[in-house]
Amino acid sequence: MMKKKVLTVDDSRTIRNMLLVTLNNAGFETVQAEDGVEGLEVLEESDPDVIVTDINMPRLDGFGFIEGVRRNDRYRAIPILVLTTESDPEKKNRAREAGATGWIVKPFDPTKLIAAIERVTA
Amino acid sequence: MDMNEIKEIFFQECEEQLAELESGLLALNDGDTDIETVNAVFRAVHSIKGGAGAFGLDDLVGFAHVFETTLDCVRSQTLEPTQDVLKVMLRSADVLADLTAAAREGGSVEAERTAVLAKELEALAKGEALPAAPVAAAPAAAAPPPVVASAEPVSEPTDESGFQPVPFSFDDFSDEEGDVSAPVETTGSESYSNKFTVRFKPRSDLYANGNETVLLLRDLAKLGEMRVRCETDGLPAIDKLDPEGAYLAWLIEISTNSAEDEIRSVFEFAEWDCQLEVTAGEPGVEMPETAAVEEPEDAPMAVVPFDLSLLDDEPAAAEAAAPAETDIAQVTAASGEPADAGQPAPELPAATAAIAANAEKQKAAAVAAVPAAPQTIRVDLDRVDRLINLVGELVINQAMLAQSVVENETGGASAINLGLDELQQLTREIQDSVMAIRAQPVKPVFQRMSRIVREIADMTGKTVRLVTEGENTEVDKTVIDKLAEPLTHMIRNAVDHGLETPEKREAIGKSREGVLRLSAKHRSGRIVIEIADDGAGINRERVRQKAIDNGLITAEQNLPDEEIDNLIFHPGFSTAEKLSDISGRGVGMDVVKRSIQSLGGRINITSTPGKGSIFTMSLPLTLAVLDGMVVTVAGQTLVVPLTAIVETLQPEKQDIHSFGSNQRLIAIRDTFCPLVDVGHILRFRPHYADPVEGVALLVESEGGGQRALMVDAIQGQRQVVIKSLEANYTSVPGIAAATILGDGRVALILDVDSVVAASRGQSMRGEMSLAAAG
Repeated sequence: MMKKKVLTVDDSRTIRNMLLVTLNNAGFETVQAEDGVEGLEVLEESDPDVIVTDINMPRLDGFGFIEGVRRNDRYRAIPILVLTTESDPEKKNRAREAGATGWIVKPFDPTKLIAAIERVTA
Repeated sequence: MDMNEIKEIFFQECEEQLAELESGLLALNDGDTDIETVNAVFRAVHSIKGGAGAFGLDDLVGFAHVFETTLDCVRSQTLEPTQDVLKVMLRSADVLADLTAAAREGGSVEAERTAVLAKELEALAKGEALPAAPVAAAPAAAAPPPVVASAEPVSEPTDESGFQPVPFSFDDFSDEEGDVSAPVETTGSESYSNKFTVRFKPRSDLYANGNETVLLLRDLAKLGEMRVRCETDGLPAIDKLDPEGAYLAWLIEISTNSAEDEIRSVFEFAEWDCQLEVTAGEPGVEMPETAAVEEPEDAPMAVVPFDLSLLDDEPAAAEAAAPAETDIAQVTAASGEPADAGQPAPELPAATAAIAANAEKQKAAAVAAVPAAPQTIRVDLDRVDRLINLVGELVINQAMLAQSVVENETGGASAINLGLDELQQLTREIQDSVMAIRAQPVKPVFQRMSRIVREIADMTGKTVRLVTEGENTEVDKTVIDKLAEPLTHMIRNAVDHGLETPEKREAIGKSREGVLRLSAKHRSGRIVIEIADDGAGINRERVRQKAIDNGLITAEQNLPDEEIDNLIFHPGFSTAEKLSDISGRGVGMDVVKRSIQSLGGRINITSTPGKGSIFTMSLPLTLAVLDGMVVTVAGQTLVVPLTAIVETLQPEKQDIHSFGSNQRLIAIRDTFCPLVDVGHILRFRPHYADPVEGVALLVESEGGGQRALMVDAIQGQRQVVIKSLEANYTSVPGIAAATILGDGRVALILDVDSVVAASRGQSMRGEMSLAAAG
């Protein structure tokens, strides 16, 4: 089976690296972006199977990024998991309105993250 | 990469975030009202919290969380960032920095200090009775990450596994690898304690967000044994059917050991986009015996065939079902998904379109608002140093080549000479460019100072405003690294001894708030850093008295003001009546002076009574090259750092005075200055040379006094590449480092302070005081 490709969008180097290690160990291919703007660029180049994004990022935040992804016909239905420390219902709702598929609260449990990704890409 | 490496990355990132945080807060303090500044500050704390959480650094997470909450109030404009608010925040930034350091190095931060600030922050967040304040409370609940999500496999043609919706059975609801046996049949219902009825009706938004009914049901199936009935009443006739619409509702009876919360949490992320009812007990309608759905005899004709086999939980039956293509269509219809993604997408619903338009605007705005940030890459410092070293070799080689060409006299404007000129220019350019790689703005060091100022202001009860200028002035990283310590001492000294108490300031007609000005600028190839306070200035009478008491000067000596001021750099000099724990005993300005000199720098003070003092230090931009005076001593070639030399002079016989057995002084204008015979001190020759035959280099040394270094001749001034003597040979007293001259000879670089100290009869310091780069 082809490796599934995960696009991770997070301005924190720490989190990006953790995701990289976690996802690679779980047999995923990983592409990274530092913020929403880069995320949208990388999206086009890398054609991922699933996106894991942060909310608070410079330039273009997670909400804007998700909206941008959904606006692209090709990615209207790609699963987008929000990985954030926020658990504010209002923020969740905004992410939801923007088109997010799921919401994972940091600190993420690698097992749960993998499970979530596998679930949405099954 | 392992977790420890990532942790190290985290701490590096924390440092950057903390710097960002502080500079943002300071900008706000200076009246910056840009929302992006607030956002950046918020993000910094947020990011630290996120990473800290990943490593289970609970203290850090806890405090960052409270801090973040308060910052969020500022961000949502429910809390105005007044000076008082920012004061709390700046201190919180300090605590955050301490907590980070504690997490990194082990150790702890006073719990009380953290708690007090956390309280203050909380009070700020609540103080305004904001609607946004509850944000603070929410995350404490720390709900398990509820991920209920699904893809639309149809839209992902590259995903092989995602494109297998047939057969559609509950077995498929389980994870691929795992619990094929988990759902429905395996567990007897008698083992379940709860029974719930769930009615779930997705809206089309659910699918627009990449969720999918089948995956929600699959998650639900994991909680226990369930029976599902699909309600197809809402299905319109096929000609009215919107391919992106959602028409089906699902009635689920589930026997489970889970509580209602857990049932709901399956739908948590879908809850906005569906109608969801969870009730205890059995549904009022008849449920199918297995998960299979009833024959929808009453359903609209056109859709009937779709529903039947889909939820059939008999794999055999499902496998026997229609050919794949049909099945795909079935799943698509059943889950209400958009039709085949391969087709041109139908028009978006109005809401989605609006969002899309918004997103476009936002993206455009975001992109436009950000000035193209310079692209950067991270490079290992070792690599840069290696490059610098190589360029150093190149410079030496180039000089050697030039010299041998001159020696061979190839004659006038030959092509060789032209090429050589060009080479020289290029080499210099390369050298400058490479040095520039290591150059960094002094900003981070300056930022640290603002914290020092805050701390000392608190300790001394003084009100101080730090103004910084020229923070973007760049200087070599090694210089920056060594700058913090002397700067800290000077800042402490300025606040502790320089500035008056607010009461005193008020009494003499000054503003209560003292101003400390920290500035950096480039001047003639060096960086000049000034620390100016508007305090009382140096009390010359007291300094003079103290110098007399300490035997530094005699009561009869009449010193110019400037020299009195500079007496404070004498070792062990402190004029504060009581030694506070800030300036500390024994760590005086002499230490500051020495550490600056060890960087090849100079420090000076000018003071106006009642108006304040200005400390000025000038440092070389790099420690890898040095401007030196190349001299000859007893047949050896030495390099004397140009920064140490005040002036050079040719002694006349009548200027030389001897006293004692081997002490000689040279009269310079109206003062006498001890002569130091470099050749003798370094044991290049057993006897003293005749000063009249040599040249005297007037140098300023560590103790502040001047000495005349006697050398035989001056060869010229040159920029030399510093090579560590310790790394290549061994430490030699009196010698700071070595270099290679154009003719290939090794020349030693003189450690002026050490030589002067030796001349005083003290032993030469073994340690090298000039940092060597090579």
